[in-house]
Amino acid sequence: MKGMHLPDIRMLLQGASPRSSEMFPELNNLLNTTPDKAEQGKLTLLCDARTDGSFLVHHFLSFYLKANCKVCFVALLQSFSHYNIVAQKLGVSLAAARERGQLVFLEGLKSSVDVFFQAQEDPHPLQFLREASAGNLQPLYEFVREALTPADNGAAAWRCPVLLVDDLSVLLSLGMGAVAVLDFVHYCRATVCCELKGNMVALVHDSGDAEDEENNTLLIGLSHQSHLILRTEGLATGFCKDVHGQLRILWRRPSQSTARRDRSLTFQYKIQDKNVSFFARGMSPAIL
Amino acid sequence: MPSEGAAGCGRWSEMLESLLALGGLVLLRDSVEWEGRSFLKALIRKAALSGEQVRILGCEVSEEEFREGFDSDVNSRLVYHDLFRDPLNWSKTGEAPPGGPLGALRAMCKRTDPGPVTIAIDSLSWLLLRQPCTTVCQVLHALSHRTPCPGHSPAVEQVRVLGLLHEELHGPGPVGALSSLAQTEVTLGGTAGLDSAHIVFRRPRQRPTHQTQWFSILPDFSLDLQEGPRLECQPHPDPYTSPVDPTTHLTFNLRLSKKEKEARDGLTLPFQFSSEKQQALLRPGQGQAASHIFYEPDAYDDLDQEDPDDDLDV
Repeated sequence: MKGMHLPDIRMLLQGASPRSSEMFPELNNLLNTTPDKAEQGKLTLLCDARTDGSFLVHHFLSFYLKANCKVCFVALLQSFSHYNIVAQKLGVSLAAARERGQLVFLEGLKSSVDVFFQAQEDPHPLQFLREASAGNLQPLYEFVREALTPADNGAAAWRCPVLLVDDLSVLLSLGMGAVAVLDFVHYCRATVCCELKGNMVALVHDSGDAEDEENNTLLIGLSHQSHLILRTEGLATGFCKDVHGQLRILWRRPSQSTARRDRSLTFQYKIQDKNVSFFARGMSPAIL
Repeated sequence: MPSEGAAGCGRWSEMLESLLALGGLVLLRDSVEWEGRSFLKALIRKAALSGEQVRILGCEVSEEEFREGFDSDVNSRLVYHDLFRDPLNWSKTGEAPPGGPLGALRAMCKRTDPGPVTIAIDSLSWLLLRQPCTTVCQVLHALSHRTPCPGHSPAVEQVRVLGLLHEELHGPGPVGALSSLAQTEVTLGGTAGLDSAHIVFRRPRQRPTHQTQWFSILPDFSLDLQEGPRLECQPHPDPYTSPVDPTTHLTFNLRLSKKEKEARDGLTLPFQFSSEKQQALLRPGQGQAASHIFYEPDAYDDLDQEDPDDDLDV
């Protein structure tokens, strides 16, 4: 112990929990979930405005891998090694997960090149990159469905399937219309959440630009489809060394068992090397 | 907030009945913050418990999820047209309805069994994103103003269309068009854990009436009416028991006596040019003493007889 320090306010607010080096235990407390008893059949929407919400993507990736779920990760934004490096800090090896068949990783940056330079018989998941007119994302959906539908041998090797997408705004900037992306999410939800009783997590950026109709349509349309919305925002007052942003949690469409209606919580957070700490607004330990 | 007990049950039933009574299109406007599917399900439950058949065009949630929470009585009266599983026919199994969702809606128009029917559309937003607004409005109009089926009584049958609309998704044009088609409009909102419904009734040949109702929805989709949010800021009561007269304790006179008024009126103002004054000015020196200046220098005065302007070269 390096000298005296103030009692940990966060622990007092949320109840003490054993620290572990995997994912973000405090976020699990806020969401009232652990890998053992994760809910199924849910769509979680991650949204960031004026800040980078990708730490939530890393959290859910390691969370579901630790929960022994089969994960299909449609990674359009970064390379495999980027996610792998961060996941290792959180105690998960993506390479090992991929090798044992637990993780199906679509590396958008790499495989988009294949669309143009490799002859494919079946439509490539990112086939829409070749199409001149506004197409649809059916090949991508078929890829997801094939990746997560359990094999015919009947043995349930993994707990439940999970689809993770980072991120959907990239699809808009690649020329897909908002309705095409909403259709893709609709079909994924129908298959992954309802048919296979799995979960889906997707990240969308909120540009904050009221003129960007497509992005607004996508964001609001997805919000209505979601069970849980995690929205990270930069502080309105600007950059702060000790408080990196604000997280708003909105529970929509609660199941009968929870009987919670549209409960919403807001916390502030600070991203550290291997963890994210959350605290009530104005209660950052740095300023108390 | 405490519920109202037996009286409350009657009131929520009345409220839902009034929403369903007008017939035609009931437009439910919700938002991300205040979702409307629960209220839609409450309306459907009410209609089903009145013995009606309810047909649901389900585009946004699975049948299982939609039926969740209803008891078997209600569920037996619901017919769910599933457009959730494969609306665009991507699975190529041919299960998708011919003509798409609007074709399914039009087919609902053509049913032949009598009796009042309620059609619920979950959601209108889903249709509006994929079909032109005019087409959707035309189908809705045809639905809510159905001509009677041949062979039955010529009276227009009671058709009720409950449409869920996520109003943030659309511009003012489509929302306005649907609003003008609706006989009843319910906008969902709320505050501090309590839900509210702002209701507009458009009865024929009457002015629209507005009503705001606070409620909470129970797990079985019955409503519990509430009195409203506790008012946190009451207006402050007046701290002064008697008003203070501001005209007391003045340093000047606000009122004039009659004599003072006469004296004031008789006064000649210095710049008022009367004929006497004119004469006096034209004949100076008559009866006028020369003006004097009285000056007493004090110790610090320096009387200099020199003309300070002497050095000016004018």
